[in-house]
Amino acid sequence: MAVQTGPATVRVVLPYPLYTLAQCAAELTLHVPRPVTLTRVIDALEAAHPRLAGAVRDRATGRRRPLVRFYACQRDLSNLDPGDDLPDAVAEGREPLLVVGAIAGG
Amino acid sequence: MPRIRVLVGTRKGAFILTSDAGRRDWAVAGPFFGGWEIFHMAGSPADPDRLYASQSSGWFGQVIQRSDDGGLSWNPVGNDFAYTGGPGTHLYYDGTDRPWAFKRVWHLEPSPSDPDTVYAGVEDAALFRSTDGGATWQELPALREQQGAKWMPGAGGMCLHTILLDPTDPQRLYVAISAAGAFRSDDGGASWRPINRGLHSQYIPDPEAEVGHCVHRIAMHPARPGTLFMQKHWDVMRSDDAGDSWFEVSGNLPSDFGFAMAVHAHEPGTVYVVPIQSDAEHYPPEGRLRVYRSRQGGQAWDALTEGLPQQHCYVNVLRDAMAVDTLPECGVYFGTTGGQVYVSADAGDHWQAIVRDLPAVLSVSVQTLS
Repeated sequence: MAVQTGPATVRVVLPYPLYTLAQCAAELTLHVPRPVTLTRVIDALEAAHPRLAGAVRDRATGRRRPLVRFYACQRDLSNLDPGDDLPDAVAEGREPLLVVGAIAGG
Repeated sequence: MPRIRVLVGTRKGAFILTSDAGRRDWAVAGPFFGGWEIFHMAGSPADPDRLYASQSSGWFGQVIQRSDDGGLSWNPVGNDFAYTGGPGTHLYYDGTDRPWAFKRVWHLEPSPSDPDTVYAGVEDAALFRSTDGGATWQELPALREQQGAKWMPGAGGMCLHTILLDPTDPQRLYVAISAAGAFRSDDGGASWRPINRGLHSQYIPDPEAEVGHCVHRIAMHPARPGTLFMQKHWDVMRSDDAGDSWFEVSGNLPSDFGFAMAVHAHEPGTVYVVPIQSDAEHYPPEGRLRVYRSRQGGQAWDALTEGLPQQHCYVNVLRDAMAVDTLPECGVYFGTTGGQVYVSADAGDHWQAIVRDLPAVLSVSVQTLS
């Protein structure tokens, strides 16, 4: 199996409040350095759309905002270590990473 | 021909209401930033087309929006509110120490002379200033040196909700914090001191403590900046010495609990409050929505009811949701948690609803445009 070099092409789906804030499409394609981790995907997201800085991760702590969730491949990846590899299907662009506003507040 | 622009922040977006000087026929624009909480919007006195808005979400954090064309278009500016140095700790409800953590911007106060300079009052309580139109923000950290470790959140959070800039002295600023009290700087924010002498709060261990009072709002008339009015958690207060001492002017109010407060544009001694039943019952006494006006700086108050619901009314009027215009016949405005925005074009004698069914109103500010 060939080792892939160069940035990965990752698909990210944003919720309505964020794609309207960023004035972008709901589904984005981002070029992310390998290995593909949550940190690197969000870094790439914020670099491509600076309006989203602070909206997904807390500015002061760098941690995921409590009511933002990350789903992919029918798994909740929200509590994955941000430095851990994301599933291959995400890193290879076959499945999107879903950024979701948690259902909360009634 | 003068025009009026009312900037309304709600739980689910911003609205801009405009009228000619008659203030009878209104155009309603919005929602802007639909679905987001708009804690406050404010226009620059130096450039009325420069507007700032605090857009907030429990999910997605803080955005500061800026318009350079009177609200026709908006762009996000900086939202990095980083506390200076080690953030330190404050008291939490359970008596533990909690690190300061930024949550949201409650109030924006543009400079009277420079459209690019604007102050932001935030939760957890601190004061920030931008001098580049909101692109970057710097804390004025000396404020939190005023026994900040003893400050504790009010029920709505530990928020810096009031910022008053003395128009006769650019070095003098006032802020108010729930639940810490009022503070003044006489050197442009480089140093601060508590100005809470005369306040009496039975809900804290030392009712006359130097800090720890739950101040809901302070108000000032620009022509008499040494006189301040305060709506406290309980008690309506007045100071005639720039906050050095306070005395109670609740007088004949049906309740001296409340949030909103405003001063008449042309009569420095005419002040408005909206009494609320209690801290547990956030609605008007007897289900009657009444603005109270004192023409003598407090103590003697008259109920203003014409055009306001006088039965079955259980809305609240929040601290930043009352304002005045500066037309010759002063207009008074307030918004409710029931989504109504009321105007009186005759200083409070008669009221009409501009809109009735907005989301809960968090803030109302008014621009008088020439």
